[in-house]
Amino acid sequence: MPQKSKDEILHDHNNDGIDRRGFLKCMAWAGTGALCVMEGGILKSYSLSRLGEIGTRETAGELSFVQISDSHMGFNKPANPDVAGTLKAAVEKINGLSKPPEFMLHTGDISHLSKPEEFDTVDQILKSASAKDVFFVPGEHDVLNDDGKSYQERYGKNAKGAGWYSFDKKGVHFIGLVNVMNLKAGGLGTLGHEQLEWIEDDVQHLKHSTPIVVFAHIPLWSVYPEWGWGTDDSAQALAYLKKFGSVTVLNGHIHQIMQKVEGNVTFHTAASTAFPQPQPGKADSPGPMKVPAEQLKSVLGITDVNYMQGRNALAVVDSALA
Amino acid sequence: MIRKTAWIVSLLTTVVVAALLLSAASPGSSAKAPQPTSAEVKVDNFSFGPASLTVAVGTTVTWTNRDDIPHTVVSTDKVFKSKVLDTDEKFSFTFDKAGTYPYFCSVHPKMTGSVVVQ
Repeated sequence: MPQKSKDEILHDHNNDGIDRRGFLKCMAWAGTGALCVMEGGILKSYSLSRLGEIGTRETAGELSFVQISDSHMGFNKPANPDVAGTLKAAVEKINGLSKPPEFMLHTGDISHLSKPEEFDTVDQILKSASAKDVFFVPGEHDVLNDDGKSYQERYGKNAKGAGWYSFDKKGVHFIGLVNVMNLKAGGLGTLGHEQLEWIEDDVQHLKHSTPIVVFAHIPLWSVYPEWGWGTDDSAQALAYLKKFGSVTVLNGHIHQIMQKVEGNVTFHTAASTAFPQPQPGKADSPGPMKVPAEQLKSVLGITDVNYMQGRNALAVVDSALA
Repeated sequence: MIRKTAWIVSLLTTVVVAALLLSAASPGSSAKAPQPTSAEVKVDNFSFGPASLTVAVGTTVTWTNRDDIPHTVVSTDKVFKSKVLDTDEKFSFTFDKAGTYPYFCSVHPKMTGSVVVQ
């Protein structure tokens, strides 16, 4: 039977009564970034703000990298008047890892208003990180005024279309997607026909045993469509990945940590390095959450999220904001 | 008659208000137009208020972003398109033709509204 505790909800939509063996709860995802470790083809994630609890054994996978998100450089409202400071704090945590990560992923909203000086500041701060390579995907705040041209000139020179691309690291296939362009009235994030065709083509020659990591800004699962927290055509993209044994999807956008497991796909969203947003439906709008200054850094991190393995269950983890 | 007098006073008030609004919106224009030529939409809490606005032909509508997050005002039928509006920034468009003009925020497309021009 699915286990339940106050901070996790496990929905067995298949109603097949299969025992979810391998269900494992571990500390993860609190703080301004996440350390991702690929071990045995399965990705585990650890909060950077709980470095003291992460032992060398946990981080000793085939590959480790860091995800940061939603830096919103240029934002200066009460929710966080020093977004440069909190990004620097995230970098310090990255530099505190006993084993430096191979690289970093930034899942978008690098800037607040797509201004060159905002991108410059982020680039400058990230230069001091122990991991030199950073792979970006754009958030909607990075492509505000020029259909993303300046973003692409800076970050997507070797990318396809509006900035999507893939690369391989230690046998893991990474796919960076763009779902913040050409948004339609009343709709959610969009990948679009051209990008979907590219995904199909990109993965068709890969072995089914290849671990896949997909990263994009807006969640590729329906977190809360009422606030636009989902992607209209993500199901098509995920259909192309069904044949793979291990698929991990990393997103940002919602400034809080959530996780869901569906079949062989694990979905994660990352916290923001800038400011928190309310839990779905728990406020009038998804605007920045204002918290007292002394609490800000703790709210940029979230409690904990569970790592789960299950073949058929659809599991949703609710993680309360601190 | 008292009722008729009240009606005239009410009418005069309307004309005066209209004239004031008109002179504020476009200095030097005559006071003959019977309707105000400007209207406001507030962008607040990730929504347009009012979400549906009805105005007369010739009205200039001004949107003001009162959120901490930038928004845009983009006509679904590509009639008008603002640049990105940061906090307290404004965008105005004058509607010269009758019709219904649906619009949305291209950054947060769940935010939709419409202007009905009569």
